[in-house]
Amino acid sequence: MQRRQFVQTLGAGSAIAGLGFMSGCATPGGSGAKVVVVGGGYGGATAAKYVRLFSDHGVQVTLVEPNAAFVSCPVSNLVIQGSKTLADITTPYDNLAKRHGVKIVRDRVASIDPDKRMVKLAGGGELPYDRLILSPGIDFMWDSLPGMAKPGAQDKVLHAWKAGAQTVALRQQLEAMPDGGVYALSIPLAPYRCPPGPYERACMVANYFKKAKPRSKVVIFDANDDIQSKKGLFMKAWKEHYDGMIDYRPKHKVVDVDAATNTLKFEFNDDFKAAVANVVPNMRAGEIAVKTGLATANARWCEVDFLTFESKAHKNIHVLGDAIQIAPGMPKSGHMANQHGKTCAAAVVSLLAGKAPPSLPIYANTCYSFVTDEDVVHVASVHRYDAEKKTMLPVPGAGGVSVAASELEGRYAHAWARNIWADSLA
Amino acid sequence: MVKTMKWLAAGALCAAAVGAQAQVDQVRVWASACANCHGTDGRALQGNEPLAGKDKDELVQKLMDFKTGRKPATLMHQISKGYSDEQLQQIAAYFAAQKK
Repeated sequence: MQRRQFVQTLGAGSAIAGLGFMSGCATPGGSGAKVVVVGGGYGGATAAKYVRLFSDHGVQVTLVEPNAAFVSCPVSNLVIQGSKTLADITTPYDNLAKRHGVKIVRDRVASIDPDKRMVKLAGGGELPYDRLILSPGIDFMWDSLPGMAKPGAQDKVLHAWKAGAQTVALRQQLEAMPDGGVYALSIPLAPYRCPPGPYERACMVANYFKKAKPRSKVVIFDANDDIQSKKGLFMKAWKEHYDGMIDYRPKHKVVDVDAATNTLKFEFNDDFKAAVANVVPNMRAGEIAVKTGLATANARWCEVDFLTFESKAHKNIHVLGDAIQIAPGMPKSGHMANQHGKTCAAAVVSLLAGKAPPSLPIYANTCYSFVTDEDVVHVASVHRYDAEKKTMLPVPGAGGVSVAASELEGRYAHAWARNIWADSLA
Repeated sequence: MVKTMKWLAAGALCAAAVGAQAQVDQVRVWASACANCHGTDGRALQGNEPLAGKDKDELVQKLMDFKTGRKPATLMHQISKGYSDEQLQQIAAYFAAQKK
């Protein structure tokens, strides 16, 4: 007899209140319920740590992550600009194991069986779970850019939208580019990971050009009708610091790329050939979520219950971070994924103990963008659960943006990074 | 039968643990949302203000001053407006009770 079956039998025949929620048993020590977390980004790493904290280390947590260390997307534009290195934005996973007792499995997930509650690893192992927390991030929809399927195309025209090797490679392309060259950045239709990220990247590339290659230019091709975040602040920065260097073109949707010639092809506009082409493709929930049938919104994003982050497609599977179908006004950001992780962890620990999840999630988003290597702007919002609409909604009257870019907020941005990396991973 | 007995014993432990373990406290989860900038349980790293073990009344006063605009801020005036006065008091009490 399986433990789970036993618990269910007990629940069915018992008058003990609350057992209806039970799908495992959070006994302290080694025999606790099993939670498997897939993906060690801002969402998954935070969820793994906080399931341990909220359960007083009673729930067993296994984190499956293929990478040796966490590399942060926030602050990665400073690696492209040149004032930070990849090492500066990298945090190891070992503190999750040493300080919090999370078991770390360095592997990829090959498949998930929601009925048997089993994760199959690419390396051949199997991990049973009572509840699965999936934080798969995003993957790119290469189908929408046929030319990018050609051999070598994806190594030449970079996205650098997942921090790591591509971040460094884009920096190298910019360093190798002769002065007077044009860097072209294309932005996909929203929703995409990190709404202000592309506009910050334009600032950071222009900042590098201003110092090292003053005759060079930045051209932004935005598939959207307008700047998606901190519009006034970015426009002011472009005028103040990079006048004549940044050319912003809205309503330019890239439909194909000729990587051999760094040429962007548009739905309605003329082709554009760049010295360095940086294409951020359309994106959707990470492959494993799509494959498991969790991406129920336009086959792109995973719909969840915002009290628990449990998938609307499969019971006992929770989905976090950029992969979800967002609530109104909720950005796809690392800060938000960290908040998802805590809300989900609290719900999972409560449910495993046979209790209802906390009923009023409230959390904030804070997002800093560098407009020079020192001056920074922010956008903040507070999101509260609406029981009637069953979603998270921005709290009216709260949140907002910086009055102006400042060095003080530059210091806060670095403090934010230091603290959120520790909160998620240490 | 031996196996069944083992599970019965485990079940008894399990039920006891369920009885002991409450729903994760709502205020603790609200406070965890501050940790992104102010450190896990308010133990901040360099650059942001630690909240753990601070005097509750001082924390409440500060948060209320942010909320009403009496105290200048870069963004705490925007964040604090997202919470009721009572919620801010509960969050302040949580951090005051944490070890520095």
